[in-house]
Amino acid sequence: MYKFLLRRLVFSIFTLIGATIIVFTLSRVVGDPRLLYAQEGGYGMTQEQYDHMGETLGLNHPLIVQYFLWVADVVQGDLGQSLLARNDVTDLIKQKAPNTLRLGLVSWVLATVIGIPLGVMSAVKRGSLWDYLGRTFALFGQALPVFWIGIMAILLFSVKLDWLPAGQRGEGFGQIKHFVLPSMTLALAAAASYLRLTRSAMLEILDSEYVKLARAKGVGTQMVIWKHAFKNALIPPLTLSALLLVGFITGTVVVETVFTWPGLGRLAVTSTTQNDFPVMTGVVLMFALMYVVINLLTDLTYALVDPRIRIG
Amino acid sequence: MATRVSIGDETSFAVVGRAVQKNWIQRKWETISVWPVLPIMMISLLIVMALLADTPLYGGVTGFDPIRPVLGDRNFSPGSYQNERDTTRNIERAEKKGEPIPDTPRHWLGADQFGRDVLTRLMKGAQISLMILAIAAGVGMIFGTVYGLAAGYFGGWTDEILMRALDVYFSIPYILLALVAVIVFGQSVVIMMALLALLAWPPFVRNVRAEVLSLKERDYVSAARATGASDIWIMWKHIVPNVINTVIVIATLRVGQLILAEAILSFLGAGVPPPTPTWGAMVAEGRDYIGSAWWISFFPGVMIFLLVMSLNFIGDWFRDRFDPRLRNL
Repeated sequence: MYKFLLRRLVFSIFTLIGATIIVFTLSRVVGDPRLLYAQEGGYGMTQEQYDHMGETLGLNHPLIVQYFLWVADVVQGDLGQSLLARNDVTDLIKQKAPNTLRLGLVSWVLATVIGIPLGVMSAVKRGSLWDYLGRTFALFGQALPVFWIGIMAILLFSVKLDWLPAGQRGEGFGQIKHFVLPSMTLALAAAASYLRLTRSAMLEILDSEYVKLARAKGVGTQMVIWKHAFKNALIPPLTLSALLLVGFITGTVVVETVFTWPGLGRLAVTSTTQNDFPVMTGVVLMFALMYVVINLLTDLTYALVDPRIRIG
Repeated sequence: MATRVSIGDETSFAVVGRAVQKNWIQRKWETISVWPVLPIMMISLLIVMALLADTPLYGGVTGFDPIRPVLGDRNFSPGSYQNERDTTRNIERAEKKGEPIPDTPRHWLGADQFGRDVLTRLMKGAQISLMILAIAAGVGMIFGTVYGLAAGYFGGWTDEILMRALDVYFSIPYILLALVAVIVFGQSVVIMMALLALLAWPPFVRNVRAEVLSLKERDYVSAARATGASDIWIMWKHIVPNVINTVIVIATLRVGQLILAEAILSFLGAGVPPPTPTWGAMVAEGRDYIGSAWWISFFPGVMIFLLVMSLNFIGDWFRDRFDPRLRNL
């Protein structure tokens, strides 16, 4: 098991290095990175600023040295300054990250709580009305664009019915209201994929020999469903849940834009529209880090849940 | 006596006894339920829409231009007629040229905040989306397949390096990478295609590689190698024909996701630059007018949904027919 985890740890480090190389390459691919800071139609910069920037970015060194200088800065938590607000990117990220994490976690819990039981029900009552309803839900959840669901939810619940606020985070207890629409929107698509996956895993297992044996022995239906089948059907949804947690990171980009949620995703989008390159790279690196950490945690859970991995 | 063997991965069985005579409706229904008729019709309709998008403005299909703003028609609701000033102008123009007087065009699906007809823009959008998707999916498919072939066939270090590179690829959130690329390279149709191709390829790699791993152990591959066939020859003649089913199935299932991704990128303002209409961008534009003119955002979303759903159905059907092993995709 330690060998397995060590292997994954080494891979994670390689992954992070790969991510930094890609981001660095993108920043240098246009040629002089100073061009990113003084774009056409902007205010431009003076010769002194230009020279100073060359100095701080280490542009007079060879490319490889430049990369290591940049990585050294990043590792120390220095991601540069925002071009517009002139404050540290690290501070910006620290300020926005909790909002994104909260929204992501709430939606993740919601999706799990909705999707997995629906999937089990759909499989157990195969061919019934519930199954059809569940599958229709999965169909819609997979084919509807997230942002469109969000906008239509605003139209229905905020504009027409005036039940829930359309965006921004409230204060104190009132903020629960603000969570409802964004988290439900995010959870919907995820719950649909949970449903599909749980359903097919359950169907396969309910058809297996040991479930038939359990039934033949006279084990009760509930017992068979939850103890014999569900426990074994849980592995594919578990894989998905890690993917989803990662997927929420990108999902939040969209949902945060729709609901003007002050998180990392919106920061990324606004920095794109404003051509704020340092902020953008900072957010990308942050997300890559989150991805790697989540994947490591998933591997850890795998090792705990599945004895085959623990021993092998 | 009738023997019936069902199609796809369902268990085949034989009915022995008197064949039940089926009436016309039952037989037709069988054809419809075996072939994904509705999705195919939907996609054909879209292609027709895309082809009709470039018909002339006057006396054309909708009678509107997808790009030129008409301030007199701002936020007109679905079903309303063109504003009077433009109508009279059109009639005068027709009279001067001696052409037949055109019917007053109607905004069947409403008009957006610049008075542009939503239906016309949807049609133009279909054209652009389909073009981008076809190219992006094609490039992604070929690249992914070759990558998977190389990883699976050569194995060892090649495999290890290629698969780790794939891990790195997955660690960078795609949407953010796309946003960075748009900052660096600017918005354009070519960048959009490249970005979608970048999203398309990984599932091809994984599945093709898994197939190749088992295919290369087959006797006919060893036989080919023993007769002195080169690696390229073996791959092209003995392995590619066997993975082509998998590739086609994945391609159809993947296109739906590409459409959603394209819509998301356009929505976030990283797609094809305006005023070119794309469905995602249309939804985004309507967001600010959601209270007063819901149709601007509503209809493009419905189009995306219908297209993605149709493609998913066709993909599922392909999978059940050609490659039931991919069920978990």
